[in-house]
Amino acid sequence: MSDVRNTIIIGSGPAGLTAAIYAARASLSPLVIEGEPSSTSDQPGGQLMLTTEIENFPGWPEGIMGPELMGRFKDQAARFGAEFITEKVTKVDFSKRPFTVWVRDTEYTANSIIVATGAQSLMLDLPRESELIGHGVSTCATCDGFFFRGHEIAVVGGGDSAIEEATFLTKFASKVHLIVRRDQLRASRIMQQRALDNPKIEIVWNSQVKALHGESSLAGITLAHSDGTTSELPVTGLFIAIGHKPNTGIFTGVLDMEDSGYLLTREGSTWTNVEGIFACGDVQDHVYRQAITAAGSGCMAAIDCERWLESQH
Amino acid sequence: MAEGIVNLTSSTFDETVSGSSTPILVDFWAEWCGPCKQIAPILEDIAKEQSGKITIAKLNVDDYGDIAGRFNVMSIPTMLVFKDGEIVNKIVGAKSKSALLQDLAPVIG
Repeated sequence: MSDVRNTIIIGSGPAGLTAAIYAARASLSPLVIEGEPSSTSDQPGGQLMLTTEIENFPGWPEGIMGPELMGRFKDQAARFGAEFITEKVTKVDFSKRPFTVWVRDTEYTANSIIVATGAQSLMLDLPRESELIGHGVSTCATCDGFFFRGHEIAVVGGGDSAIEEATFLTKFASKVHLIVRRDQLRASRIMQQRALDNPKIEIVWNSQVKALHGESSLAGITLAHSDGTTSELPVTGLFIAIGHKPNTGIFTGVLDMEDSGYLLTREGSTWTNVEGIFACGDVQDHVYRQAITAAGSGCMAAIDCERWLESQH
Repeated sequence: MAEGIVNLTSSTFDETVSGSSTPILVDFWAEWCGPCKQIAPILEDIAKEQSGKITIAKLNVDDYGDIAGRFNVMSIPTMLVFKDGEIVNKIVGAKSKSALLQDLAPVIG
């Protein structure tokens, strides 16, 4: 049996790292199992690692780049002694204390766990989608936008992240079609205005991507419109920003969750249905989903966790 | 540049890749790519640990877009693995060290 730790934090976005700062300052010597590199928005540092400038994080009036902000969160947690492992948890056992989490064959045990595994980008679930990733289909505008200089491309989605991507991509693309399912945008008003004001963005309302075409790389897409008609769009790039799904696969049957997979927490707290297991950030929030709200709930989780550990003595 | 990693340019690319006595992995990357930064330390580890079995090289797509274009790289990180000058594997997107080693197993044995 490995050493039993006070607390293990699973995940390292704004929620996990804020929990780590608070837990470390409370002398809990947290172990942060931060996840592993990926290009799908489920990676160390969380979703902000694939974004560019964050304009609404308090304290940064000039804005700050997503990866830089997360680097600073991590430095702050490390400064107070949080320990990091760059691996992904593969299995958990929360049925008895101490709780056990595994990274493949290596096991770690702790008296409490803070779950901050976040959410990752949803895919379209279309045939050929996975083989065309990296060949015209992308989930990371900041990684791949550069390769579409002068191209006509499309972004699918109507939320803030779709508009952020579309706006960013106009730096490279000759034209960006924004494919929106409904007749309005889900995005905040400031982002909507940004999309409407950008001459390179053309919004295609009431439409969904139906098929992807192209042999070795994307050559076009078929759109299905709500009036029953279809049309072809000859784009070489398609950026997917249709929303997120929580990273809760390893907690199925272990922690109470909604049908959509989001973890349930006791109202006004970060307590899950298992005493000693706390959840914070996007993994339990499909309403606000902001860096600052995730960070706030990460702080709550660390405080809930510290008080609960204290009550066990 | 980290020890054990070869930094390629447009003028050294062909000679280095075709003249390599071991299989060679070329990581197409850029400064502005978050996932590229995440895999950088992993590639440094592999260069050290698998020294003699595989050569790890990097190509900056900002500086040498011509090479990226030639290999139809449209997403980074993309890692092309060459053996005797021929592409034997194309790995797109960041992944963990264990997953990367699994992808490389056929060439490093």
